[in-house]
Parts: sequence; structure tokens; C-alpha cells
Amino acid sequence: MNITWYIVLSSLLFATGAVGILIRRSPMVILLCLELMLNAGNLALIAFSRMVGNQEGQVFALVVMVVAACEVVVGLGLIVAIFRRKLPLNVDNLRELRG
Amino acid sequence: VSATAWAWLVLLFPLLGSITIGLGFRVLPTRIAGAIGTAAIALAFAAGIATLLSLLGEDPEARHHASSLWDYASVAGLDIKLGIFVDPLSVFMVLVVTGVSTLIHLYSFGYMQSDAGYRRFFAYLNFFVFSMLLLVLAGNFVLLIVGWAFVGFASYALISFWYRRQTATKAGMKAFVINVVGDIGLTLAAFLIFRELGTFEYSEVFEKAPHVFQTNEWTITAICLLLLVGAFAKSAQLPFHTWLPDAMEGPTPVSSLIHAATMVTAGVYLIARTHVLFELAPTAADIAAFVGLATLLIAGTIALVMTDLKRAIAYSTMSQIGYMVVGVSIGAYSAGMFHLMTHAFFKALLFMAAGSIIAAMANEQNIDKMSGFGRAMRFTSIAMVCGGLALAAFPGTSGFFSKDEILAYADARGGMYVIFTVLGYLGALLTAVYTFRLIFRIIPGRPCPEAQELIDTGHVHHPDGPPLNPATGETEDADVGFPGPDHHIAEQSWPMKLAMGVLAFLALAGGLVQVPGVDDVIGAFLEPVWEGSPLAAIHPSDLAEWEGLGVGAAISVVGIAVAWFLYIARPETPALLQRKLRPLHTLFVNKWYFDEAIDFLIVRPALAIGRFANRVFERFVVDGLVTGTQETVRGSGSVVRAVQNGFVRSYALLLIAGFAGLALYFLLTN
Repeated sequence: MNITWYIVLSSLLFATGAVGILIRRSPMVILLCLELMLNAGNLALIAFSRMVGNQEGQVFALVVMVVAACEVVVGLGLIVAIFRRKLPLNVDNLRELRG
Repeated sequence: VSATAWAWLVLLFPLLGSITIGLGFRVLPTRIAGAIGTAAIALAFAAGIATLLSLLGEDPEARHHASSLWDYASVAGLDIKLGIFVDPLSVFMVLVVTGVSTLIHLYSFGYMQSDAGYRRFFAYLNFFVFSMLLLVLAGNFVLLIVGWAFVGFASYALISFWYRRQTATKAGMKAFVINVVGDIGLTLAAFLIFRELGTFEYSEVFEKAPHVFQTNEWTITAICLLLLVGAFAKSAQLPFHTWLPDAMEGPTPVSSLIHAATMVTAGVYLIARTHVLFELAPTAADIAAFVGLATLLIAGTIALVMTDLKRAIAYSTMSQIGYMVVGVSIGAYSAGMFHLMTHAFFKALLFMAAGSIIAAMANEQNIDKMSGFGRAMRFTSIAMVCGGLALAAFPGTSGFFSKDEILAYADARGGMYVIFTVLGYLGALLTAVYTFRLIFRIIPGRPCPEAQELIDTGHVHHPDGPPLNPATGETEDADVGFPGPDHHIAEQSWPMKLAMGVLAFLALAGGLVQVPGVDDVIGAFLEPVWEGSPLAAIHPSDLAEWEGLGVGAAISVVGIAVAWFLYIARPETPALLQRKLRPLHTLFVNKWYFDEAIDFLIVRPALAIGRFANRVFERFVVDGLVTGTQETVRGSGSVVRAVQNGFVRSYALLLIAGFAGLALYFLLTN
């Protein structure tokens, strides 16, 4: 099977995630879109790894998963904290860090 | 024990004394502090005697030793040792410094008794003696500079000793600043010496110099002129002399020790020490001699009209140091050093007597208000007359032999140096007149109220009301930095009496060690130091010296007679002369306008440059640079800040757009 299909799928997934991050306002969905982008990356890594024929890309994919898990923990924690404070769950309203 | 070991002990005792008193000033009882200070210097004197004896036990040719304890600085080929150089010249200076210092410490033991800063005084004084000994014993130019700067600081601290007096602190600063100018000259000279000869050690410098330099080459002349800047600033020679009269704000023992007997003669010592260099630069030596001559005459004329007792003696000091500078610059090295010694004796004595009188006058120093102390204070008066006779070079006294030896040498050297003899005798006439002007105005006559009170009640006069600074009339802070309500005069304090008695004897008889044709103690002792110097080989014949002594004796007697005529026989003539010679008198009273000239030529331009720098350079260049940097940062910040708008999604957009741009770029370039 040609590697192109994998890369095309990965790119589509990545683009979906990126567009989702850009247009959606709910932090929950943004987090999901982030996961999408990370896994698009993982797909590309594994596809290339298979193509090259060694395991390094797969190991790297595992590392990415670990990082993603950590990120989800922090991200969800933030979302829960925002929710508990009864703040709007809308990233456009969360702009106290304006320079 | 070798000579150098004794010399190290000479340095150690005053340092220990200074540290002990300085650290223990809260716990030590006052009298104990004074005793420790005096004993430390007396021990140093004893160690100095031991050095002398151990040096005398050696062959005259071998009487020079260098010794070092450890490395002082060792970097990049530069190896400076913490070393001393012991030879007849340094031992001679050690003996003069420690001997006179011992007596002055003894005098201060009584004189400063009621002073709030008694312990501080002795700590400073011991520190001064240590610095001065470091200066004379140093074995290389670096340690010399260290000692040179230390005495400058000690002088500053002691001039400003009564630190609540505005006048005293100002005088201290003036002395310090002018001395630092001299330090810079000395330091630059040392740099030049190192550049040319590659060493700071005395023995190596003096050995190499004749092979490296041609006579009157510009480098050696520059070195000598820079050394002279240092020497003149320390020794109060024109035009760096203005600090010395102001330094009289310090306590009288300080004037006696630092500003008459020891520190101010450091310049003379420096010229004598580096005589090898000066003989290679005869032009610089001649300049030094002429400056010395000008100083001795100008200071003599100012001393004629000063009404402040201590300042008059201070100008006399300048004048006498002028003689020494003339001496060591024209080649009369031993004679110059001999005059240094006798001057230390009689000038220290004169200051002590003056201090005793000033104490009896409750710190008043104006001679117009003094008279008739002959009856009120017999001992002090006798001491003052002894010192005055020696200063006026009265036949038989110490100053008589030492001054005339310098002038006889100048005559023997011949050529243009005869000028020094002729004008030196003119200076001697001035000396005799101004010295006995002071004595005739203070000692005989009807007692002034203070003296009368002393005769009647046996007490010292105390002014009523709050203490005032007699110089300015300001009220004084009596808690700290104050001379104290009691005034200790020689008549009532045995340490002061003892110190003055010994010095009076030395002032009268000290010249007998060096009578032409009879004995030559100092000259023979110092001879090895000037070995190989063609100038030191010139000796006036005994006949010529005795002729000179005859002229000197006549001039001294004439001078005293003139003073007697002016101030005793016809007391109205000075006022008459003053009116007739109004411009001359004004010139002298205003000290030849040196302060004003320095103010106009140096201080004001410096201030103007400073003000210009403040207004233009500081305001526009420095401030401009600083504010400019700040504005640039702030401006560029405000541009970039727009990006930080707080919208998370716009950050994400930028991020993605940036990566997309990068990816596009790499794709296109491939």
C-alpha cells in the first residue's frame, strides 16, 4: 500500500483539528481537536516508521501519547476549575493575559 | 640579629601600637592608651638604634641590605616583594622620625589630656609613625607609594582631628587633595621607571639607570619631574604649598610631628633616595633647586607678616624645607639630610612651645593678642628662645651649622650655583627677623590678660560662656571633636616639659656632631649612600666653610638685631613700614595670592568644566543615551504588545500560520 494514503489521511485529520481549534470557542472541543492533531501526527510517525522499516517512529508515537495524556489531564483540570468558578466556558472571554 | 631584622621590628612596634589602641579604644583607659602609644614609638626608636649599631658593625661598603618578608604582588612577570631597604640613609631617617616622634608622643600625652578623642589621637599618631617608617624603609617604589599614601591619609585624619570644626575638615580635605596630586606624580614616575627599567626594586633601578639612560634624555627628565611633583606636594614647595598653612587647624602636636619634623621632609628624602636618577637629569635637579630657592624666599616673606602664631611657624617650615630641597638638588646630600635632622629638632620644639602658649591663650593663635609670656611661662619661653636661636642660625646652635653647610656647598660647586649661596643668605636674614619677631612680640613686654591671670592665679585662662572656635568665632560642639575645656601647658605637665627639654638641648647642641674641620659624624655615616656620585665628591674646604659660617653668624646677629630694633626698641616702626610699603605688605599678607591664583587657574576652570559636563554632557549625552534606550525598548514593546491580545485562538492562528509559512518556505526552496 502506498504511503501517500496514510499521509493524506494524517493531513486531513491534522487540518480538521487545526480548523477546529481556530473556529470553535468551547475549551472542551478545542481539547478534542488538539487530540486529533496529535494523533494525526502519530499516524504520520507510524506510517513513516513502517516505510523506513525500524521502530523509532513507533517509540516516538508512544512518547507523544504520554505527552497527550498529560496534556489532557492539565487541560481537563483547567476546564473543571473554570466550570466550578461558574465562569463562561468560552475561550474568547478568557483573555486576562492580554499584553 | 641582623640589621634588617631590627628594621622589621622598627616597623612592627608602631603598627602594633596603632592596632591595639585603635581596636581597644572603648576599653582602654585614656592614660593607658597614651602610654601604649608612647611606648610603642620608644620601642621603635630603640630598635632603630639597634639597627644603627648592627649597621655600624659592618664594613662601610657593605652597609646596604634588602630584605623581604613575602610577595606583595606577583603577576605577569611583575614581582613585587614586601621588602625593605636598610642603608645609612633609611636608618638615619628612621632615627630622626622615631626619635622626634617619641618626644612628641610624650608631649601629646600631657597636651591632649582633656581631649575627648585622646585614644583616637594616639591611634592615628601611631599609624602615622608606622606609615612614615614604611615610607623611609620601603625597598621598592611600590611600597614607597603605599607609605606615601598612608602618610597622606594620616595627615588628613589628624588635620581634621577636631572634626566638628568646619575649618579643620576643610583644611584636611585641601591637604588630602593636594597630596593626591603628588601621589599621582609619584605613581606615574614609578610606571615610567618600570617601563624603562623593568623593575621597581631600588637597588636594581639605581644600578641599571646609568646604563640605560643618557644624561638629560627626555624619559629620565620626565621621571625626575614626576618624582618632583610628588616631592613638592608632600614637602609643601611651590606651587603645591597652600595646604600646609591650613593644616595648622590640627592639634599642635600634629603640626609639630607631621607638618614640621617628619612628613613634610619626605620629599627631601625622596630626592636624596633617588639622587642617582637626578644626577642623570641635571635639568630636573636644577628646576628642583630653583623651586626650593623660590619657596624659601617667598615663604620667608610671608612668615614676616603672619599674625597667626602657628601659621607663621608653618611658613617658616616651608622656607626651611626649601633649604633642604636646594641642598639635595644641587648635590649637598649629607648637608640637606643634616639640615633635615636639625630642623626636626628645633621646629618640633618651636611648635611645642607655641602649643603651650596657645593652650595658655585658650586656643587663641593671634600674636597681636599675646605679650609678656616671659614672666608667666618661664620654661616655655626659654624653650621657645632655644628653638628660635637654632632656627635663626645663631652661632653655635644646630641650625647654624646645618644651613651654612648647604650654602657653603653651593658656593664650592661654583658657576650659577653661587646664586643659591647669595639668596640663601638673604633667606637666612629673613629667617632671623621673622623668628625673633615672633619671640619679641610674645615673650617680653607687659603681660596680656591671659598671661597676667597665669601669673596671678597660676591657672590657665578659661573663657566664659560656650566654647568658641578662635579662628572663626563659631560655637563649638563640646561633645566630640573638641579640644577640651582644660588647657595643658608645659609649665604644669612634666611629660611636656621633658619632651621640650630634650629637644631644646638637641636644638642647641645638635649641630656639634658636624662642625667643619672638627668632626663629620653625619657626613661620614651617610657617605656610602652617595658612593660613585661625582656631586657628593665635591667638598668645600674647611676654610671656605668657616668663612661661610662667619657670614652666616653675622647675618643671623644682624637679623636678630633688626627684629630687636623693630619690635623692642622702636615698636612703632613696623606700623610705619606697613604704611610706607603698603603694596608689598598687602602682597605678603595675602600670601603672594597663591590661593587665589590656584583658585583662578585650576579650581574655577575645573568647576566650569564640571558645570559644563553637568549641563551639556550629562543632560544630553548621558541622559539622552539612557532615556533613548528606554524609549526604544518601550516603543518596540508597544508594537509587539498588540500581538498579545489575549485571544487564545488568534495565538493558535499565528502559530499555525507561522508553521505553514515555514513549511511552504522549505517546500519552495527545495
